[in-house]
Amino acid sequence: MKTVVPRGSGRNRGRGRSSRSETGDSPRSGPAGRRPAEPAGPALRAVGLTRVYGEDESLVWAVDGVDLDVPAGQTLAVTGPSGCGKSTLLQLLGGLDRPSEGEVWLGGLRIDHLGERALARLRRRSVGFVFQAYHLMHELSAAQNVELPALLAGASPRAARRRAAELLQQVGLAGRARHLPSELSGGQRQRVAVARALANDPLVVLADEPTGNLDSAATHDILRLFDELRAAGQTLVMVTHDERVAATADRVVSMRDGAVADDTRLDGDGRGTRHTHGYGGGHGGGTGLGALLRWED
Amino acid sequence: MQDVVLALLTKEPSHGYDLRQRLAAALGPLGDALNAGQIYVTLTRLEKAGLVLQEREDAPVRGPRRKVYALTAAGQQRVAAWMAESAGPRADVTEFHLKLVAAAESGLTDPLALVDARRRELMRSLAEAQRAALAYDTVSEAGLLLEGITLRLQADLRWLEACERTWSARAPRGEGEGNG
Repeated sequence: MKTVVPRGSGRNRGRGRSSRSETGDSPRSGPAGRRPAEPAGPALRAVGLTRVYGEDESLVWAVDGVDLDVPAGQTLAVTGPSGCGKSTLLQLLGGLDRPSEGEVWLGGLRIDHLGERALARLRRRSVGFVFQAYHLMHELSAAQNVELPALLAGASPRAARRRAAELLQQVGLAGRARHLPSELSGGQRQRVAVARALANDPLVVLADEPTGNLDSAATHDILRLFDELRAAGQTLVMVTHDERVAATADRVVSMRDGAVADDTRLDGDGRGTRHTHGYGGGHGGGTGLGALLRWED
Repeated sequence: MQDVVLALLTKEPSHGYDLRQRLAAALGPLGDALNAGQIYVTLTRLEKAGLVLQEREDAPVRGPRRKVYALTAAGQQRVAAWMAESAGPRADVTEFHLKLVAAAESGLTDPLALVDARRRELMRSLAEAQRAALAYDTVSEAGLLLEGITLRLQADLRWLEACERTWSARAPRGEGEGNG
């Protein structure tokens, strides 16, 4: 976060570095997602998104003029040092917080000026949240936690139960459906949370430091799960300070001082050719990882 | 080391003692092993290769006249090519650090631009290693190797954050690359 007084001089100061993007925003090519009838346009769009806290002398631009398009089916990681505004951005995108300026569009619908009830309804149906601390209901079983969003969205108990069973199966916890969160490991709780996020088949899943509390084996499980969602065409935005987590996304946006400092695609173009440095043409055919092997006889 | 020495000569001709001082400042304790002789060996090789040439210092402020080395046109080309080329997947910390120092001292490239390019390069390597790691069991031999590789890349990326902080704090005012 940065503290700025007064506003005019605060814009684009510092290192004078503007946002750099090396790529366009075309949707990921590849196997068809499970929503072939996705409306045209990005699943999620931010225009000049700004969130200011405080007043007068102590204004803080937590998010400062962010423009972002997330095409349907893309997995996007937002990284940056703590205080860079990445979590605030995620809250704005998910309608958990309201921007001071700018627009948020979800599936072609502008949401930043919706009334509280309409916004709550939209969040329930169209956005799946995953938090670092799981945020499960302690007194409900794993299955009941996953059923809840469907029930709140008006599904019948029977349909909600069926959907929950299906999702727990998908996250590998069919055998733990009746366990309370306190009877599950951190990694298992987070998998329940992911299942819950998917309950209403959301347009986007927003995850804030989803592996922040997990050890490496549990992180592995969550990342594999995200990878399955990605293959199924789920749009996913995750905030993380862990480069290894960010590296599993299609695209990484780095934030500094509330603004986008870098925007890099990790999929698509150039994938097969970028590690040619350091080895001769005759050794071609291997993956880029082969370049890390130093073989000396 | 040849490239680093060439880069340090970009702004103005210099003598071996000065080059050694500048390298020692950049390297700290890692430069302890570097003796004056090595710098002269490097300078002699560069001279033979036609990349630098020796000049006599015109009028030293004090002390004896020293051999001053200057870049030739070929030397300038070599430095420019080195600056433009990516560090490669196996470059170590010291190598890249010296490149940043050389970039800043020579004025040939903005160190922050090198940091950005390096970050993208490492991030893509990490993406590849991490996706491969997800495909392997963590307890398999290959999975274990991949975990080591992803942790190394992560450490390199974290160090780049520090590079960015330091070099942006040093960037001369009003000389930003704000283009758009």
